[in-house]
Amino acid sequence: MAEAPAWQDQLYDLLREFKVTQFSYVPDAGHRTLINRSIADPDVHSISLTTEEEGVALQCGAHLGGARSVLLMQSSGVGNCVNFFSLVQHGRFPFLTIVSMRGDFGEANPWQLAMGQSTQPVLEAAGIICMRAESPGDVITTSRAACTMAYQSEAPVAVLLTQKLLGAKAFSTE
Amino acid sequence: MSMKPTLSTGPAKAVDKGLLERRKAVAGILGDTKNMLIVTGLAGSKDDALAAAGDVPNLFTLSGAMGAAAAMGLGLALAQPDKRVVVVTGDGELLMNVGTLASIGVMNPPNLSILCVDNGHYGETGWQESHTSRGVDIAKMAEGGGIKQVRTVTEESQIPEASKLLRGSNGASFILLKVAPTDPGKLHRSRDASYNKTRFREAVLGKN
Repeated sequence: MAEAPAWQDQLYDLLREFKVTQFSYVPDAGHRTLINRSIADPDVHSISLTTEEEGVALQCGAHLGGARSVLLMQSSGVGNCVNFFSLVQHGRFPFLTIVSMRGDFGEANPWQLAMGQSTQPVLEAAGIICMRAESPGDVITTSRAACTMAYQSEAPVAVLLTQKLLGAKAFSTE
Repeated sequence: MSMKPTLSTGPAKAVDKGLLERRKAVAGILGDTKNMLIVTGLAGSKDDALAAAGDVPNLFTLSGAMGAAAAMGLGLALAQPDKRVVVVTGDGELLMNVGTLASIGVMNPPNLSILCVDNGHYGETGWQESHTSRGVDIAKMAEGGGIKQVRTVTEESQIPEASKLLRGSNGASFILLKVAPTDPGKLHRSRDASYNKTRFREAVLGKN
């Protein structure tokens, strides 16, 4: 595996600076560093989910108990969450998700395109503010703004780590 | 022809001999709820918890987002390790996101218990049979999900031990409570999740 870019470690440090103690996820290569750091960090819970919507409910439960939580998922997982977003919207819960995009920019797997292209409209239809990170220099500024809005203004926010930032997964060019 | 459900159009008029009445059984297993943090599912299980606990702040009730109760309980249990967190839900609600039992099994929080009130039916939508009327055993799913302390309660004599487990297990516990498919009626509570959230947080954290 290639070495992870510096922003991935900085992003974990940022979330810890905001006192996030629950990291939930369905594994994705784009979130590898965040997941691994959460596993290695004795001061946080690292919660492996069977499906992404569990992370939406988990985060609302965490807020009831006064803890901060973040959901790490791939764009396809956004589709699994939709009905649970009603809990966030109706209950006016703070919500932060960091979404690694597929089907977004230069996707070679046609199965990813439908959900990738639907991700932002679906999130916005559910009342979730979307903030896109397009380049390495962008990620921390965007994520800091997102953390502030989610954890201090208690707004629902999604940071989209685009394929321009992450690079499209390589497939044979045939 | 594949197996069809038995046609069911309404609740049982009375509790058949040998079956448990849900309100009494839920109250018996929960016991004193003053120091618990409770998250409920929708409809019947919500009303069971409401009848047992009263319309108190330390109760968060769902009226939508079906399937969310157990995962909410997990997030709450991790956030409040010194409090007993109890999820009171139904067979239909739990089946909608049954994978959460596996997420709870692997995390194994010491302070989380789940009480599944299993009447084998979707009472809210016309009393259609659920999978548990047709051979599906959610207690086995909980065991298969890695939850180590699992009980099935079918008669009154099992209630004290189940209550002790629910109130004091060290590690996640799961109680499947099989009840008669009667309808003890609805209870009023605000469906405003934001209001209930704020009440809950003020009670637990002393502030919103």
